[in-house]
Amino acid sequence: MNRQTAPTDWKGSVMQTRIAKRYAAERRFKLFGLGAVLLSGAFLAFLLFVMVGNGARGFMYTHVAVPVDFKAMPLTIDTSRLGDADADQVIANAGLSDIVAFAADEALGPDGSKLISENAWKEVRSQIKDDPELLNGKTVFELPASSEVDIAAKEGAKGALGAKVDALEKDGKLSTGIHWPFFKNADATDPAVAGIWGALKGSVLTIFIAFLIAFPTGVLAALYLEEYAPKNRWTDLIEVSINNLAAVPSIIFGLLALAVFINWFGLCQASPLVGGLTLALMTMPVIVIASRNAIKSVPPSIRDAALGVGASPVQVVFHHVLPLALPGILTGTIIGMARALGETAPLLLVGMRAFIGDVPGGICSPSTVLPMQIFLWSDEVDRGFVEKTSAAIIVLLIVLLSMNAFAIYLRNKFEKRW
Amino acid sequence: MTQDDLTIADPKMKAHSVNVFYGEKQAINDVSIDVGTDLVTAFIGPSGCGKSTFLRSLNRMNDTVASARVTGQIELDGEDIYAPSMDVVQLRARVGMVFQKPNPFPKSIYDNVGYGPRIHGLAPNKADLDVIVERALVRAGLWDEVKDRLQESGTALSGGQQQRLCIARAIAVDPEVILMDEPCSALDPIATAKIEELIHELRGKYAIVIVTHNMQQAARVSQRTAFFHLGTLVEYGKTTDIFTNPKQERTKDYITGRYG
Repeated sequence: MNRQTAPTDWKGSVMQTRIAKRYAAERRFKLFGLGAVLLSGAFLAFLLFVMVGNGARGFMYTHVAVPVDFKAMPLTIDTSRLGDADADQVIANAGLSDIVAFAADEALGPDGSKLISENAWKEVRSQIKDDPELLNGKTVFELPASSEVDIAAKEGAKGALGAKVDALEKDGKLSTGIHWPFFKNADATDPAVAGIWGALKGSVLTIFIAFLIAFPTGVLAALYLEEYAPKNRWTDLIEVSINNLAAVPSIIFGLLALAVFINWFGLCQASPLVGGLTLALMTMPVIVIASRNAIKSVPPSIRDAALGVGASPVQVVFHHVLPLALPGILTGTIIGMARALGETAPLLLVGMRAFIGDVPGGICSPSTVLPMQIFLWSDEVDRGFVEKTSAAIIVLLIVLLSMNAFAIYLRNKFEKRW
Repeated sequence: MTQDDLTIADPKMKAHSVNVFYGEKQAINDVSIDVGTDLVTAFIGPSGCGKSTFLRSLNRMNDTVASARVTGQIELDGEDIYAPSMDVVQLRARVGMVFQKPNPFPKSIYDNVGYGPRIHGLAPNKADLDVIVERALVRAGLWDEVKDRLQESGTALSGGQQQRLCIARAIAVDPEVILMDEPCSALDPIATAKIEELIHELRGKYAIVIVTHNMQQAARVSQRTAFFHLGTLVEYGKTTDIFTNPKQERTKDYITGRYG
């Protein structure tokens, strides 16, 4: 080795600059890291703030107090038929909607019937069904306001409508409460009755189908590839294909599903069944990859130990490898499922973007899903749908966050150290 | 080496002209050994000499390595263990194994020991299993230390305790042979002493084969010693003979510390 003529000067100015530079680099790095964390935190806070700010109002709705004196009205309803299955039809045929509109005009002045929702009479109808005695007297009903009045009451408005709403408010005729129809109904053209339940149930059914197909298939495929498959060119090919499949844009899966499930198999269109199958196709590669990684991380010493006491390969897998890999598998699965829950593009193509006015009854009835409902509402002209959109986003976020929380819970529950 | 210095009347396992290949590479070259029923047999040799490979071919653990191939004959009680009729799962229950690094299952102590008997149907009910677990832990010299915490995780024990738990786990399925692959290499001297003591106590109940790096350990625990070098069996004989009066020059060089 080439020994220098002078010993290294550890205290010299050159060294001091080096040290100062090193410390500066450390500080810079820490600062950048902190900045990145703060920036992403700010994005999240901004998102939540905006969404909650707009969306919270979407869960509320303005009601107008309208007294209806049935005695003074030309309404004849055969009360004996109110218990029948077609009671709704009987009341509708009796002309209740006109009666309610007339009562509103009378109570709220000319154009009073425009101040309440065009579906407001249905609220009266359901109350009559519950208590036919109402028909013999005068009752004050809290009826949902029209969409314009609702927005005017919440945000304030100018002009004639604003003045009218202010006057109503002064008279104590307006009230605001949680909008239960939002949680009970499916989509509708009138924001006063449009609800999220149809889409939420559609999403739950769709994800359930997707999970039912993708989870067992994905985990079994991963187990086979890791534990049984010989390592040769074919398994390499399969591995590359699965990785590529995970990277395929989701809309392609929609086209595939349209061609296979609907055109070829003739399965029910726009249904959670087809939607679920589509999302299962999309999620399975993600589950396979996550499961393979989880299985790989099980230490080989555990496999040796089990084989050493005479466990068969299947016993090794199901008694030891799978339980130890389960936290990783479940985390991957739920992340895949959460992604599927937020997916819109492939479902467009299997018909789930149609307007569905009914809550889906089963896996084969037409339905939509939460992100699709958000997309549809955000496209609506009626201003009443703006806050519905935000409210639907909040519902979607809550579902997603609960799924993630569940994933963390499962991981902690099953995680073991060795 | 010659066969005539092997005075084993009743061999438990007989290996004859065994070759092991990993792909193209030959790891074991023409090895023949008899393992005595009541004896502790030690395999010694420098790293990479094939002693562990040979040990793992005695209970077909090499089957798990895709490229491994075994030729020649290995018999357990006169039965060819590589014959198609041999059930490898049962073989591994009859020829148990203790590994280099303690590898308890991440389950309770009780379940670690009870796992083997359970999967082989040795305990028809819980009470029988309790008896088997207790007997195995007593034999492994661990009972007094763990009897009050059988439901605690096996991985929470110390390294030496974990290794004795692994021995108990192997004993619990009532094997005929126990293979130990450097069972003390990850342990401190006190834990090592305990394991060696345990091997003494287990002698006679099971045929024991132990691979070790530590020549003093081989001298202390075994009655027969086989010296492996570069995939061949250089010398096999009584432990006292190997250590005091080796016949081969290579054996002498190794045990006197000239290489390895």
